[in-house]
Amino acid sequence: MADLMLNSVTKIYRPRGREAVRAVSGLDMAVGDGEIIALLGSSGCGKTSTLRMITGFEAVSEGSISLGGRRLNELRPAERNVAMAFEGYSLYPPLTVRDNVAFALLRERAPREEVVRKVAEVAELVGIADSLDRFPSTISSGQQQRASLARALIRPAALHLLDEPMSQLEPQVRAILRARIKEWLKDRGMTAVVVTHDQTDAIALADRIAVMEASRLMQFATPAELRERPANLFVASFIGEPPMNLIEAEVAVGASGPRVVAPAAGSALTLDLPQTAALPAGHRVWLGLSPRHLAVGQGPHRAEVMVNQWLGDQTHLALEIDGLPLTAVAAGMVDAVPGEVVPFAVEPRGIHLFDCAEGAAIYHGSAEAA
Amino acid sequence: MQHTSWHWRLFKGICLALISLFFLFPILWVLLMSFQTNEDILRVPPSPFFTPTLDNYRALIAGELTGAGSTLKIAYMKNIWNSFVLSACSVLLSLLLGVPAAYAFARYRFRLGENIAFTLLSFRFAPPLLVLLPLLLYFQDLGLYDTYFGLIWVYQLITLPLILWIVRGYFEDVSPDIEHAYRIDGHSWLRSFLKIAVPLARPGIAAAALLAFIFAWNNFVFALILGSSDVQPVTVGALAFITASGIQYGQIAAGLVLSVIPTFVLALVMQRYLVEGLSLGAVKG
Repeated sequence: MADLMLNSVTKIYRPRGREAVRAVSGLDMAVGDGEIIALLGSSGCGKTSTLRMITGFEAVSEGSISLGGRRLNELRPAERNVAMAFEGYSLYPPLTVRDNVAFALLRERAPREEVVRKVAEVAELVGIADSLDRFPSTISSGQQQRASLARALIRPAALHLLDEPMSQLEPQVRAILRARIKEWLKDRGMTAVVVTHDQTDAIALADRIAVMEASRLMQFATPAELRERPANLFVASFIGEPPMNLIEAEVAVGASGPRVVAPAAGSALTLDLPQTAALPAGHRVWLGLSPRHLAVGQGPHRAEVMVNQWLGDQTHLALEIDGLPLTAVAAGMVDAVPGEVVPFAVEPRGIHLFDCAEGAAIYHGSAEAA
Repeated sequence: MQHTSWHWRLFKGICLALISLFFLFPILWVLLMSFQTNEDILRVPPSPFFTPTLDNYRALIAGELTGAGSTLKIAYMKNIWNSFVLSACSVLLSLLLGVPAAYAFARYRFRLGENIAFTLLSFRFAPPLLVLLPLLLYFQDLGLYDTYFGLIWVYQLITLPLILWIVRGYFEDVSPDIEHAYRIDGHSWLRSFLKIAVPLARPGIAAAALLAFIFAWNNFVFALILGSSDVQPVTVGALAFITASGIQYGQIAAGLVLSVIPTFVLALVMQRYLVEGLSLGAVKG
């Protein structure tokens, strides 16, 4: 249990005869003691390389990593006091699940009763109490994954690393396990880094989420902040299910103040911005409209319904205004058939603007509302 | 439609018996020959019926070859012992050098790594006769001629590449994360190699060791040139049966049977690993 600091951590792979590959570029992150963070990103974004540098299986090319004030760069994996659940489970094949889980404790010569008690406790937590006496090769991949998770969680290490800890589990089990794991980690004040490409896992488990893309850290913030104030175009297009509508647009100045006209070449949608949004007229921007803040049913705008999908607890609507596609999410059922023209309103807090050239956020409606 | 009727099973049984007989016949014939006198063997037409005799084995074990009226001293049992010493020591040395090397080639990418691995494999390409003459000259200068050590060293050309390349494949199949998990639990690199990597690759190591042993056991030309009768293995020793007074077929057969026993026993003992190993290699992952 300690704080983890990453200072300009960079990983460069230099394969012989080929160009060097930057897997992680200048990663700065400070994880507090007892905090759970998630590294979220698509495949190849550098999250696994980051994890492997923390564990010591990959050397750090530049920068430094410290845990509880202790510099890790030169330490061997065995000396770093970290526990890890591997994506490929990596259970020891000749040992039973019980011995696998108890392995680290037995090695530390923990008292017999304590080991038995802890194994039972953690097996109950992840739901593998029935398969403790079986061998890894005879249980399903989901159970192996849970056993691997148990093997990591049982250790009182300074840092817990969970690499895709729930990728093989069924949705129902996942939902339960997420809550249990979070409670387990929080109760014991454990610092943890969870690597995942699943947003729901990240949002449910982590206090803060580090969104990575193309070797860089895009934003490191709480789940709510990622949603309400995405720092750039990538985060806006990545977070949320369905993700934010993004339309190329232009800032104009109307009678009542600044407004944004979309798309840039036409004027299918014109939205007024508050006076405080000091934006020069003619500025090209990406307009982000969060689907949950498009209120269908009443409002000044009109759109044609293309698809109306009721998902059991919410409605996903594909709308079109003069050929401009928009996605909207409504909490209840929406009474509209495809082809019908419906009125809708854009809630001010659902408006985001991003710089066209750099992709950085320049305006958040939610910030104005707050 | 399933062929499970009794005549299908019978047909299958007969086919299998015929195929086995076809392949086992030479071995069976040699076994029968080893219990016959030279006269019985050479009669025309040949017959499977004869009075069995243990004279051939007796002569080999006593080390006295009795031909047409003369007696010849041979050291066949010594040759078998030499074969065993040479093959076993070669394989042990190759395991000691080859298994860690195979692990390094499988796990780490380093400068010239592939080139070194390929060079080691290329030892198997060169015909032994190509290197024998220079080797003989060097060995005589270095005092390695006619020593176990010299022969074991040369046998590395046979056993080391074999073990290195087979075992490397097995290490590549073992997930490195299992070792990572072990190391993160507080163990050194060496312990994770010895306690995790080697046991998991054991079927492959056993299979490679057995194959290497058989290859070493069957080697003829290195020992023929680089050693005298003191260190020569059974393959060279069998030449003694071609005497001035004729070829001693019965004793050759008995010698063959004796020389096959050690590899046969070893293969039986290691069969469990061997089958497991061969099938593991075929189905990756």
